[in-house]
Amino acid sequence: MSHIEQYDVKPVNKKEERNLYKKRVKIHPKRVNGTFRSLKWGLMIFTLGIYYVTPWLRWDRGPGAPDQAVLIDFPARRFYFFFIEIWPQEIYYLAGLLIIAGIGLFLVTSLVGRAWCGYACPQTVWTDLFLVVERFVEGDRAARIRLDKAPISISKATKKIIKFGLWTVISIGTGGAWVFYYADAPTLAMQLINFDAPTIAYATIGVLSFTTLTLGGLMREQVCTYMCPWPRIQAVMMDEESMTVTYRSTRGEPRSAFRKGDSWDQRGDCVDCKACVVACPMGIDIRDGQQMECITCALCIDACDNIMEKVGRPRGLIAYDSLANADRRAKDQHGSIKFIRGRTLVYAGVLVIVAAGMLAALLLRSDLDINVLHDRNPLFTALSNGDIRNGFTFKILNKSREQRTFSITAEGIDDLSLKLVGSEDLNDFTVPYVTVKPDRLQSFRLLATVPASAITSNAQSLRLILTEINTKKKVTYSTMFRGPEK
Amino acid sequence: MSEPMNEQREIDEVSGVETVGHEWDGIKELNTPIPNWWRWIFYASIVWSLGYWVAYPAIPLIDSYTTGMLGYSSRAEVAAEMVEAKENQAAQVESLRNASLEEIRTDSDLLEFALAGGRSAFMVNCSQCHGSGAQGFAGYPNLNDDEWLWGGTLDQIQYTITHGARNDVDDDAHYSDMPAFLDDEILDTKEIADVTQYVLKLSGQDHQSDEALSGAATFADECAACHSDDGSGDIDAGAPSLNNAIWLYGGSPESITKTISHSRSGVMPAWGPILDDVTVKQLAVYVHSLGGGQ
Repeated sequence: MSHIEQYDVKPVNKKEERNLYKKRVKIHPKRVNGTFRSLKWGLMIFTLGIYYVTPWLRWDRGPGAPDQAVLIDFPARRFYFFFIEIWPQEIYYLAGLLIIAGIGLFLVTSLVGRAWCGYACPQTVWTDLFLVVERFVEGDRAARIRLDKAPISISKATKKIIKFGLWTVISIGTGGAWVFYYADAPTLAMQLINFDAPTIAYATIGVLSFTTLTLGGLMREQVCTYMCPWPRIQAVMMDEESMTVTYRSTRGEPRSAFRKGDSWDQRGDCVDCKACVVACPMGIDIRDGQQMECITCALCIDACDNIMEKVGRPRGLIAYDSLANADRRAKDQHGSIKFIRGRTLVYAGVLVIVAAGMLAALLLRSDLDINVLHDRNPLFTALSNGDIRNGFTFKILNKSREQRTFSITAEGIDDLSLKLVGSEDLNDFTVPYVTVKPDRLQSFRLLATVPASAITSNAQSLRLILTEINTKKKVTYSTMFRGPEK
Repeated sequence: MSEPMNEQREIDEVSGVETVGHEWDGIKELNTPIPNWWRWIFYASIVWSLGYWVAYPAIPLIDSYTTGMLGYSSRAEVAAEMVEAKENQAAQVESLRNASLEEIRTDSDLLEFALAGGRSAFMVNCSQCHGSGAQGFAGYPNLNDDEWLWGGTLDQIQYTITHGARNDVDDDAHYSDMPAFLDDEILDTKEIADVTQYVLKLSGQDHQSDEALSGAATFADECAACHSDDGSGDIDAGAPSLNNAIWLYGGSPESITKTISHSRSGVMPAWGPILDDVTVKQLAVYVHSLGGGQ
């Protein structure tokens, strides 16, 4: 058992310290090792990997279609996601995806608190990455504090320049990866290198590089505390049974410094070494209880566990726990985490329903759709022989990669005749035929004529039916046939 | 300000911040200057604006304005964009120019382009009289239906758009002139009333058979030369058909009587001198596509 160093540190963002008029005090988080740190390394590699690698994945869609697995193609107005291809008319898939993401976040927050903030939020991940660079160049906490206090010198300037240089490279890489989602990645990469990429690509990279450097490198915890609405919103998703990072005060108090050979009687397990405070990237002391600033990154758990092992006490003085559980422990009751609660069941239920709906919609997604617009002006035309004619704009969305031929028929009104304006109004046929090119929306003008004798009211229901000649696949549109007042 | 400025600086107890000395009802203003980054951006904006004044149009003068060294003008920019848009359309415009109206009608790509251009040209030039849906008004023909004063084939529509009707501009404009039978003292009111009943009979409307019978004789003498014996009209003479349900000026007895008594004649401008050939073609195809095209 060794001597435990006590750090001379103040939690700069402790509530009492956080005067509105006070300047920001820079935080120098100390590196820790442990379970959660390892988990965070893994997640960092995983999330950054997704971000950087995704645009380079290929997916064969056949000739004439882009082979990029994930591509937001604005000029052609298509969104490709592996086997899914979405047209602008299907933007509701995006709404569904956002609902799933939102409810998923609700569920995770009610179960394990601010796990998003602590592990997966880009702000956290990139700040972590920038801290790695800072530590690599300037050293760990003590060395960085010394360096920041030191007067300007060649060695200090060199270190700062190297750090900012590496940060800038990361930032440009971050902004640079973003644009690959919007164009063919290998082509755009070559264009970027040869300086003949579109201006908007360079502008986007510039803006995102700037924000990455500013938010991740310079502003860090201030983004979470002052700019982000999410920490304040998610309080409503948590309850006393939600897991969060807690200091077990019943076990830790009364805290005091510990020297080798001291007795553990009449004192708590907290040796007041402040290892949890120096590890905290948010500049708080977890022992003060739940705080808005805490992003539950769990680095204080690792820091404390290491100390507890050194002094020979059980790990988990700072640990994931629920507030209700902490109360139960305080009353010497058996602690247990309740994951299944009304709130989590509702969130999970809604999530399952929305996800199932989305999945069904995706699986049943048709490669054929129609949009029919009834002429509004004039609503109908009276012909010289008294017949009434209605005009429609008939749009056919052929989402497949083949040219397709359709017939258009009508149901609901006797003696109705259809005619298509344009190339395909083959008057020899009794029903109009149309051909639609692959992967295209084509618009036709359709005229429906009804003899005066068959007009029974000023609005008669009518169904227009599009039938694919080869597959007999049908799409029906219900509309009204308008006529004069009867 | 109750105290002179050179007094000792006052520190607010609660916030620990210096006050500026101003006091309102016991509330003192803290000295919290705007952040430096904000202030420097403000100064930079001032410097920027000086350069902007020199480079871009800035100061209004009595009858002009300072144009700036770059010579920028948003009007010129729009003009350049229009030129660019025209260049982008040049190939399609050229293929429309070279294609016959029938070729345009039967080629889906040409048709799509012609209809799009025709629709917008119609909205700009034609909708004032014919309505935005070409539904027409009394005196202005409905272009959706199947009766045509001057013919409904593609070529006839193109001719009508190019030359117009009864205008002073184009010698080739369509022309027809119906006598004002009452004003010109050709028929008296009784005869006109009888002809009105006969015309109602021709178009299948309610009428008085006795009067229609005597009107028939007058019709044969005075009207059939242009409107034909059966009232089916004559496109070459510019005489509309009277035996169907479509009326340019209304099909009520009052309206028909008024037309016979005083005559009516609408005017359509000749668009040939105003619009270019391709636009007229697009318009012809568009009007033809509305449904009445023959």
